[in-house]
Amino acid sequence: MRTLKFLLKKEFSQILRNKTIRVAIFVMPIVQLIVIPFTADYEVKNINLAVADHDHSVYSRQLISKITASGYFRLTDYTNSFKSALKSIESDKADLILEIPSGFEKGLIKENEQKLFVAVNAINGVKAGLGGAYLGEIIKNYNNDIRLKWVTPESFSPFPVIDIRSSNWFNPEMNYYFFMVPGILAILVTMVGGFMSSLNIVKEKEVGTIEQINVTPIKKHYFIIGKLIPFWILGNIIFSIGLIVAWVVFGIVPVGSLWVLYASISMYLFAILGFGLLISTYCDTQQQAMLIMFFFMMIFILMGGLYTPTESMPGWAKIISQLNPATYLIEMMRMIILKGSGFSDITPSLIKLGIFAILFNSWAVFNYKKTS
Amino acid sequence: MAEYVIKAEKLTKKFGDFTATNAISFEVGKGEIFGFLGANGAGKTTAMRMLCGLSKPTSGKATIAGFDIYKQTEQIKKNIGYMSQKFSLYEDLTILENIHFFGGIYGLNNQQLKSKSKQLLHDLDLEKEAKKLVSGIPLGWKQKLAFSVAVLHNPAVVFLDEPTGGVDPVTRRQFWDMIYEVAHHGMTVFVTTHYMDEAEYCNRISIMVDGKIEALNTPSNLKHQFNVPSMDQVFYQLARGAKRIE
Repeated sequence: MRTLKFLLKKEFSQILRNKTIRVAIFVMPIVQLIVIPFTADYEVKNINLAVADHDHSVYSRQLISKITASGYFRLTDYTNSFKSALKSIESDKADLILEIPSGFEKGLIKENEQKLFVAVNAINGVKAGLGGAYLGEIIKNYNNDIRLKWVTPESFSPFPVIDIRSSNWFNPEMNYYFFMVPGILAILVTMVGGFMSSLNIVKEKEVGTIEQINVTPIKKHYFIIGKLIPFWILGNIIFSIGLIVAWVVFGIVPVGSLWVLYASISMYLFAILGFGLLISTYCDTQQQAMLIMFFFMMIFILMGGLYTPTESMPGWAKIISQLNPATYLIEMMRMIILKGSGFSDITPSLIKLGIFAILFNSWAVFNYKKTS
Repeated sequence: MAEYVIKAEKLTKKFGDFTATNAISFEVGKGEIFGFLGANGAGKTTAMRMLCGLSKPTSGKATIAGFDIYKQTEQIKKNIGYMSQKFSLYEDLTILENIHFFGGIYGLNNQQLKSKSKQLLHDLDLEKEAKKLVSGIPLGWKQKLAFSVAVLHNPAVVFLDEPTGGVDPVTRRQFWDMIYEVAHHGMTVFVTTHYMDEAEYCNRISIMVDGKIEALNTPSNLKHQFNVPSMDQVFYQLARGAKRIE
């Protein structure tokens, strides 16, 4: 135990003395947590719309003003030929074309039926998909308005109508910050913890101090624990700073208990730091460790359910995401912060992270060799 | 000498096809200063790393302070000090922090740590620099500090791998005074060097050529044996037969 005390003292002096690390630990997460959530928003706004209006009637103008009033669309081109509207798409000035045929008003009133044409630039899939859907929704509403105005409502509709009303639980306003901030905080803890731990032992190898450690009677597991604990404490501090930022900047207050929240982050840190240390025991230079860690970081982030739900991934990817510790943290963070889940809800995830932690750390102890 | 602190018998290390040290055998007594000479690449560092428990031998036997180098590496580590070719104290810790750290992991208690570090700083005349980072002190001081830290826990043997490389003559002289001091108190010193004047300071020396020990005796006997006036010439006669070129 006394050995551990000396190891911890040494690690803390080294970490806190390093100015770059200090900045990396305390400033970068705050900046990222403030900046990224504003940009990582699924809501698509400012979709550029070109209208090819062959009708020029009151009704067509009403429709256009209804679309622009929604706030999602920006009318960038208003012409009377589809060709020139297509040019706007080609020159990237428009994302969508709405073509209103001539006789739109007449057909709508007299024949009770009319067709519109929507062309979508699908280079940016998200923008195209959502833009098309928004536009369809607005046109549907417009259509309903017209029907109410012109068609006498029948007391009994000839067709049964199912009207779907949904209500958003746990995030009633569908606020994207509520959804993204806990996830981004999880990623920040992953990045800082993973990189710091993966670079640490390998740095001692590079400068040669590991030799001096290896000739001492220090126990291997003490050495690894001595590396693990300082980063574990730092990880918790970063997480706490992140929670404060989430509260001050985004007004997010965890619904669940802080105990549950810290239990999950603590367990997660043991797992991810163990992973970093394991990488560190395999590498000889910091460059190698950095490259390998980067590879895994991409997987952790993109396959952890932060941006895309893991449930919609193909089967093999689902298996990988099950082996990704970050998946569990992102899930638990959202459950606890937004839904107020308690210990019983997160126990399965906690157990899995515990298994990861034991596995990675003992593997690291095993692979760290004092004698080559 | 009745009591051998280091005993090596046909100690061999192979890296693939390459035999770095080839069946070397020798004994070193208590309090002896044993010089380990050889050209670059002759296998000195490999031999030393095996004796320190940093590297597993391919074959052969050896004991350090009575402990077997295969099975009892951890006991050996309690009883040796080691100073590598590359300076390996923590540059980003202060002098005092380095002393406390290494003293601490060798199991010195607080009382011992306090008195030993005070003594050490006094001996090295580093009292004013105690709170300075090691990265900021000159090489000569660093080497003396590294040596003092290596013998802080009073080991049975201290292994020094080219401890005075790049150090000025005055500091080298002081360094050897420190070596004599610990040897006088019964510590065995195992030292590799390229300086022939330093070889003269040793009680006995061995000269390695191409992974084998080609000569082992006191400096004066060696000069006698090869019938030359200086150690320089002894070394030259042996080393020029070397086939390994770095």
